[in-house]
Amino acid sequence: MLIIDCPFCGPRAESEFAYGGEGGIARPLATETLTDEQWGDYVFMRSNPKGLHHEQWRHASGCGKWFNALRDTLTYRFHGTWKIGAEPPEAFTRRVQPAAPVGETVVEGLAR
Amino acid sequence: MQKFSIWSLLRNAASYHEGWQRQWRSPEPQREYDAVVVGGGGHGLATAYYLAKEHGLRNIAVVERGWLGGGNTARNTTIVRSNYLWDEATHLYEKSMKLWEGLSQDLNYNVMFSQRGVMNLGHTLQDMREIERRVTANRLNGVDAEVLSPQQIREILPFINLNTRYPVLGASLQRRAGVARHDAVAWGFARGADALGVDILQNCEVTGIRREGGAVVGLDTARGFIKTKKVAIVAAGHSSVLASLAGFRLPLESHPLQALVSEPMKPIFPTVVMSNAIHAYISQSDKGDLVIGAGIDHYTGYGQRGSFPIIEGTLQAIVELFPLFSRVRMNRQWGGIVDVSPDACPIIGLTPVKGLYINCGWGTGGFKATPGSGWVMAHTLAQDRPHRLNEAFTLDRFYNGHLIDEHGAAAVAH
Repeated sequence: MLIIDCPFCGPRAESEFAYGGEGGIARPLATETLTDEQWGDYVFMRSNPKGLHHEQWRHASGCGKWFNALRDTLTYRFHGTWKIGAEPPEAFTRRVQPAAPVGETVVEGLAR
Repeated sequence: MQKFSIWSLLRNAASYHEGWQRQWRSPEPQREYDAVVVGGGGHGLATAYYLAKEHGLRNIAVVERGWLGGGNTARNTTIVRSNYLWDEATHLYEKSMKLWEGLSQDLNYNVMFSQRGVMNLGHTLQDMREIERRVTANRLNGVDAEVLSPQQIREILPFINLNTRYPVLGASLQRRAGVARHDAVAWGFARGADALGVDILQNCEVTGIRREGGAVVGLDTARGFIKTKKVAIVAAGHSSVLASLAGFRLPLESHPLQALVSEPMKPIFPTVVMSNAIHAYISQSDKGDLVIGAGIDHYTGYGQRGSFPIIEGTLQAIVELFPLFSRVRMNRQWGGIVDVSPDACPIIGLTPVKGLYINCGWGTGGFKATPGSGWVMAHTLAQDRPHRLNEAFTLDRFYNGHLIDEHGAAAVAH
């Protein structure tokens, strides 16, 4: 059982929380001008990394509030949780950003 | 390749079974291949086998990060069925079912395909409406299916408890569905592919996908650079990782899906029972152990283990349905990483990179599709365009909106 540190309530058992998918995906603003590709990227495409992952969780059976988390998807260890809009932990800014649109550059090494 | 037959068995019995050959080689990588399949699970090996058998390619390699068939092929609950709702999915899974029915003969390898039937239980009025609809859709597509009443369920499973917290109101039954021996599927395809000249390279993780002018030119692997113009990514839970090496994203999230087996028992369970609503499925293997599958963990993960709350919920459901199993001891529990797509249907086809093909997104139900998936993937790679059976399963559908919503017929509600 994971222990998750709710930024509002403190550490609680995993079963109190609901996973909310990848974090930091902002809804596009000028929606009437978006192409199908941009909509598809926003709605469906995910980075799904093996390693550090920025995600959102909700303390569903507790305070009911959403918050950000940085979790390792291989070890499942939480590297920090923070309130929406608050300053993220240092590990968050250090992490490698995975995947970009198709380019000509050779990508080597796992995006971790 | 040494053929398996009653005569080869007798001949080798005379020499104390010491004369059997290895079933496939462990070759050194060549410098260049016509095509490379990334992923040595059932789907990847089937792709290589059908590429060699149906499309005449001989200079092919399968590269595998760990060992052959050690990922989801070794971690599923071996259920094979084709009772999906939508035409596109039904035709694809039914192609697979037809291949399953002749697979042991085709591969000269006993995959122990046992058509013992699969039941999907309905627990609410709405479940039953969906079951009626799916059964009718199946029959219109030439797939056998029938609706069972609680009484008919009891005739097959006299010990089932129908009066559960969510009472069993009926079920769908596909009699041609069943189970197969998962390891034998990987081994059979590996042996068949190897006999046709396919190099199976284990312990050979792909670390980079080299591209020039938007086209694949080769793979950096743990065993050196391999030059090739055609690459098929058939890597299940790790598809997103490989796609990120090639610079694009997929609409996938990788989740742990866990299963467990009990101690072996005498034959008691003559069929396969699945329940989407209460998240459990169960069958009995030929060895006698109960094979129980759970739902996915809700968070994404690449650690091949599941979380405790999920398994607890599944066993509660199993014990409520089958109270006589309440004191059966569980032997082993494990997790596999499933690549769940938004519409519970696979993505089989071309990618933004020329010469790079992908077969992923099978989510919780890829095992049943192993031969069919390899068959259409081989066609896609060889012809550089999808087969009629997989042309609806493009990556493009997430941009043009032609999703194939199979959540209702998928093994596990996501």
